Amino acid sequence: MKVGELSPHELRHALAGPGLRITTGPFGCRLQSPIAAVADELAQLYQHHELLDESRFIDFHVKVAPPTGLRRWLRPQAIFSVDGVHPFTPLPIEQALPMLEWGLNWCVTAYCHHLLVLHAATVAHGDRALILPAPPGSGKSTLCAALFNRGWRLLSDELTLIDLRDGRVHPLGRPVNLKNQSIELIASFAPNAFLSRPVHDTAKGTVALMAPSRASVEASLEPAWPRWVVLPRWQAQAPTRLEALPPGEAFLHLADNAMNYHILAEQGFEALGRLIDRAEAFHFSYSDLDEAIVTFDRLAERA
Amino acid sequence: MSLLKAIWLQPQACAQLDESAWDLLVRQARHANLLGRLHHHLRDAGAPVHERAQVHLLSAATMAERQHRSVRREAGILRDTLAALGLPLILLKGAAYVLSGLPAARGRVFADVDILVPRERLEDVESQLMLTGWVTDNLDAYDQRYYRRWMHELPAMIHMHRGTALDVHHTILPATARLKPSAAALLEAAIELPGLPGIRVLSPSDMVLHSACHLFHEGEADNLLRDLSDLDLLLRHFGAQPDFWELLLARARAQQLTRPLSLALRYASTELATPVPETLLRETGAHRREALNPLYRRLFEPQHESSAGRAARAARAALFVRGHWLRMPPWLLAYHVAHKAIFPPQQTRANGP
Repeated sequence: MKVGELSPHELRHALAGPGLRITTGPFGCRLQSPIAAVADELAQLYQHHELLDESRFIDFHVKVAPPTGLRRWLRPQAIFSVDGVHPFTPLPIEQALPMLEWGLNWCVTAYCHHLLVLHAATVAHGDRALILPAPPGSGKSTLCAALFNRGWRLLSDELTLIDLRDGRVHPLGRPVNLKNQSIELIASFAPNAFLSRPVHDTAKGTVALMAPSRASVEASLEPAWPRWVVLPRWQAQAPTRLEALPPGEAFLHLADNAMNYHILAEQGFEALGRLIDRAEAFHFSYSDLDEAIVTFDRLAERA
Repeated sequence: MSLLKAIWLQPQACAQLDESAWDLLVRQARHANLLGRLHHHLRDAGAPVHERAQVHLLSAATMAERQHRSVRREAGILRDTLAALGLPLILLKGAAYVLSGLPAARGRVFADVDILVPRERLEDVESQLMLTGWVTDNLDAYDQRYYRRWMHELPAMIHMHRGTALDVHHTILPATARLKPSAAALLEAAIELPGLPGIRVLSPSDMVLHSACHLFHEGEADNLLRDLSDLDLLLRHFGAQPDFWELLLARARAQQLTRPLSLALRYASTELATPVPETLLRETGAHRREALNPLYRRLFEPQHESSAGRAARAARAALFVRGHWLRMPPWLLAYHVAHKAIFPPQQTRANGP
């Protein structure tokens, strides 16, 4: 059974009470929140995700709720917790939904050193993965959202999970975090995809979450092989340009963007080495999303 | 009994756990800071581990490995820093277990490196550390005084580039505590580690006694089960050496630490089935039943919502008070409590687990 098959009442009841148990890629998550606005948008963002029953293993027990105490009457806030631990300070209640997503990302970076975790978006064509590692502001989420709205499969937008045993990329299958100008851009590029209401004045500016496509969620148990590593750079008026990147340089970029490279030590080094051996690496600068799609579709046909 | 303790005592019972029980086990172990250690414990026992739980156990053990590498590196640097003062580096607690390669090190996570220096060289050590990049967190004048006059350690230091935390102790109990073990005796008995010139750890007896003091005086409930497990692993390891138990008892008596030892032996044997010779239990009084028993037994459970209800919260509060009671005389405790009530500490941001 899927989240979308629950009635709004059932969903709110689960979130406010025992929790909504869902599967996102390799992880089981139990989500709890008494905040009604969170429930309504969560229902849309996760509508294609499978529900888990109570007998199943849960990796992350997370909750976003107003803190207790007097402050909540003065300035409504929300606090994120994972199984009773509060890794962040509270935020204004309007940011509850993005906070839940950031919190789930925190869980992956804090608890998942059985994987190499890259700060990168990944989409796939069949079982071949295109990894987009990049610092914030480079347009990786925009490019990733554009690609999975044009036939590519979304694996993850923020955290790319590399299996240390075989080097494959595990899909995370969670919503895409769009920021500032890219919200409007993608909303008009893919008018049919669900976008949450923009939340202003967060640490990352204005953010909105985009639901992953149905096909992406349904394939979220199927890992893909790293095939391309692309460092995107969005620049106003820039012509579309894809340039080969030497493997050594690509390695350093990936290591820079690996969340737990220092924790995994030799294992991390070897996993990155294997990844670079399998993949072709490029620099990519662009300003036009349609041209970008054509470029990557061609790349996929050629290989 | 919590699931975590049941499985710790009987790893073969893993075979009977379903997915939701594994889920609970991982949560309890994570809250008790025992997830990485559980990984090694279950592997040694050859217990069947569910693959969904296995990744969390492995992940925690990997994180511990990373901390151990960083502690080894830090120890080398600190040794050189102290050598400039003509002092050996004496490691305590987690860092000592790691550098000695003791079973108590495996999967153990810790936030800081603890070292012991002679009290009369404390000022030299502090300045030398500051010269090499260690700084004290911002503390108000009261907290500075609290540490410097009444406690057994300097305020925690942090390295400005490497971000590692350091606790500099000059003895193993606060200066104001009723029990006054001799710090000079600890320094004198410290043992240089083979292959690591200039790096020492406490003698086996002192290491156990320090662990016992820490457990029953610091009043930090979240790590109590982990600390008891440290004791269990130390006792199992050193207990195999001839004369260990006689030396331990003699040392406890000489250092006025029979009381913490008696508690340590009692709870290690009742809670974690540590093999302790009958004679030692009798001679330290560890076999007696006491009023504190129900209090501690609640706390030697993971402090997770599934195993720590209202009664455990009350027990934590009581233990916190008891810890302070043992650390300082009544007049000082009254003063300290009054100060903290009038000037409550600023809430600081939690930094994850």
